[in-house]
Amino acid sequence: MMWWLPAAIVMAVCMLACIARIFIGPGAPTRLVAFDTTNTLVVALLVILALMFNQVVFVDVAIVYAVLSFIMTLYVARFIEGKKF
Amino acid sequence: MGALNIVTYIFIVIGLFFNVVGCIGLNRFPDVYTRLHAATKCTTFGSIFLIMAVIVQSVGIWAMEGALSSQSILSIHAVIALVALLITNATGAHAIARAAHRSGEKPARAVVDDLEGKDIDD
Repeated sequence: MMWWLPAAIVMAVCMLACIARIFIGPGAPTRLVAFDTTNTLVVALLVILALMFNQVVFVDVAIVYAVLSFIMTLYVARFIEGKKF
Repeated sequence: MGALNIVTYIFIVIGLFFNVVGCIGLNRFPDVYTRLHAATKCTTFGSIFLIMAVIVQSVGIWAMEGALSSQSILSIHAVIALVALLITNATGAHAIARAAHRSGEKPARAVVDDLEGKDIDD
């Protein structure tokens, strides 16, 4: 048996730490940093779970999640910058 | 299969170590720039190694089961996910840093800000 389940559990704990930083972090840029980190961890966790459960669909979800979270990050960064779009 | 398993274990350990370090840095550093430095670089590196572990393992199963294995789709799509992660993370971190600086966020205990009033490109 490989180490996929402990790896997934450690990743989930890391995600919980990042989500705590989203809630307590002072200011909008810190929250955006924590959210971006959480998105990266979610993508890696989805790829791990795809191999664990032998479901190819999870990797496709991970690709779409990566691209959409990138667009969300750019959009919120423009909003924090305080300019017109 | 033995050598591939050893490579997979090494990649998993490296990836988890860097992800944990990134999360500790995100929670321990004082201001947004150092948090961005720690979190983005470390989690990008760690996630790259975790996805590479998945790629190595699924390519090994693919080579063992033959050409019609379902692991072929998984490994190729994992490569696509890796490329998407590589492109989007660096660009997103740059956008966050620029937005934080232009919104007036100061580094903690900063004495001199060399970029003060130099946002002239817009």
